[in-house]
Amino acid sequence: MKFINLFKIALKALRKNVFRTFLTMLGIIIGVASVITMLAIGQGSKDSIEGSISDLGSNLVMVLPGSSDKGGVSLGLGTSKPLDTKAVKDIAANCPSVKWVSPVSGDKAQLVAGSNNWLADVVGGNEDYVNIRSWKIHSGRNFTKVEERRAAKVCLLGKTVVEELFGTYSNPIGKTIRINYVPFKIIGLLEGKGADIMGDDQDDVVIAPFTTVQRRLLGSTKVQMIFASAYSNEVSETAKKEIEAILLKSLRVKKEDEVFSIATMEELTKTLTSASKTLVILLASIAAISLLVGGIGIMNIMYVTVKERTREVGLRMAVGAKGRDILLQFLTEATFISFVGGTIGVLLGMVAAMIFGEYVDDWEIVITPFSILLAFGCSFLVGVFFGWYPARKAANLIPIEALRYE
Amino acid sequence: MRTIITAEGITKTFDLGEVKVRALRGVDLDIHNGDFVAIMGHSGSGKSTFMNIIGCLDLPSEGMVFIDGEDISKLDKNQLADIRNKQIGFVFQSYNLLPRTTAMENVELPLLYNGNFSASERRALAKEALEKVGLGDRLEHLTNQLSGGQQQRVAIARALVNDPVVILADEPTGNLDTRTSFEIMHIFQELNEQGKTIMLVTHEPDIAEMTKRNIVFKDGRVVEDLTIKNPVNAKKELEKMPPEKDVITQTA
Repeated sequence: MKFINLFKIALKALRKNVFRTFLTMLGIIIGVASVITMLAIGQGSKDSIEGSISDLGSNLVMVLPGSSDKGGVSLGLGTSKPLDTKAVKDIAANCPSVKWVSPVSGDKAQLVAGSNNWLADVVGGNEDYVNIRSWKIHSGRNFTKVEERRAAKVCLLGKTVVEELFGTYSNPIGKTIRINYVPFKIIGLLEGKGADIMGDDQDDVVIAPFTTVQRRLLGSTKVQMIFASAYSNEVSETAKKEIEAILLKSLRVKKEDEVFSIATMEELTKTLTSASKTLVILLASIAAISLLVGGIGIMNIMYVTVKERTREVGLRMAVGAKGRDILLQFLTEATFISFVGGTIGVLLGMVAAMIFGEYVDDWEIVITPFSILLAFGCSFLVGVFFGWYPARKAANLIPIEALRYE
Repeated sequence: MRTIITAEGITKTFDLGEVKVRALRGVDLDIHNGDFVAIMGHSGSGKSTFMNIIGCLDLPSEGMVFIDGEDISKLDKNQLADIRNKQIGFVFQSYNLLPRTTAMENVELPLLYNGNFSASERRALAKEALEKVGLGDRLEHLTNQLSGGQQQRVAIARALVNDPVVILADEPTGNLDTRTSFEIMHIFQELNEQGKTIMLVTHEPDIAEMTKRNIVFKDGRVVEDLTIKNPVNAKKELEKMPPEKDVITQTA
């Protein structure tokens, strides 16, 4: 029998029970729609987490000091200050996978501009620091290598600092602020980054040349941290190994002493995305269960349909229908329900996801072709899978028994 | 005359768990091309079982059945479906039409499972068959809009449409009043005159008298096989009957 005829027969049978067909379809619609919505929400959260991680800096490799141990008293992470500028130079000279490297030191400091004052993080780095952290300069310019070497009193302001000291729509470039009573000239403004993954405002910051911060504000020759940037995400692990080897030599320490630790963005990303992956999996399983329930709905209805139409099956067989024809007839019905249900479900799910994205702040909605294909494919398979058994049952009926069925 | 159906030593035993019912106990029979046969017998005599086996709806326990020279007891399910589709036209007592479906669609049904006909060919053949049974003016009527006699005529058209070698009818007049029964018999007589081989099962002697050959079953065996020299003409009987109105008041 030709497919078009099968399709006509199936459509006709379904039309006879419009309401029942609709209810059966509803199970699939809800199942598919929830798969689409849940995946969109889950994928959105995953993407936004990944986005905020890459905000920290592209391919960032951080060298942090280890804990110090003075006379048997452990003072905790960051209390020792083993890093120095020589180590930074060694890394810059000897690590082929490292694109940029910068010493980092800083502290909270009181900022004063005119009659306003504000407490913010002041971070010192070299001219590559903004690149390592993938900061964009909104206006003005970054400081130069020469300025860094000369310990020039220049600085870049984060968006929050500008707002607090000068007001929202101001352009303070060229003006002077005092940081712990030391005057600094404002040469550039940073573009806003928003909150980091921990929820801290990344824009509440002043960036100044490392040497300036070291000498004028901290009065220390030590380097608190070293930030480096690998050429790409793929080589960040290599960069980590290179930096480790150089540092062990440069600082003349053994690895077992744990004088410093190195963290890459990739490690951080892995930890955080595994959490968001769990969320996606959780949401997807809930959706999958509802799709399964929809499928069982189809199976249930197909069973009833086969029972109801046993005599019809008998008659069709009596006029020459083969088992295969009967099987395909019922399978077409089941697949039709799941196919149409799947289509409506995909559309409904997209609408639901968009509404969610509209009303929940800061939650991106990502509908990937993959999730549409997945939901659609699943619903189709559900139709075939759950339609198969009842259809098989109908196809195996013995004509004379089916005809006599009451 | 060519033999189109041969039954040899057909037995059929139904296993109902504790009891075994021997519906057929060895039936030998030849049906020739152009025959018009009435199979008679009491309930439980095995006549319907025999018809179902000839119609490939059921398989014999023992014995062989040849339809148009082919031994159907050796065929698989799909081949049997093909025989039912192309060689046999079945008419049932309870019509067995698809509900809420037009007369045309019901008659087209066997052609749908044939695969050799296009949609327009199917329509043309179905129309022709319906015209043969006098329903040319009711092609698009739904089956539930038709009377019992009309429904049975749709069923006959359905049996005809594939141009089968034999039409099998299991008590085709069982649910109909006398006048309608005679109308149906008139159609069968016409088809037989055009060369169709017809076998029907009936309880009623006046229906059997309108055929050319009567076979009587008893306890699963053929006990009588006689040729009717001068079959009663259904058309003439219909003309003799009082006008339809009176019949209705009588039966009511």
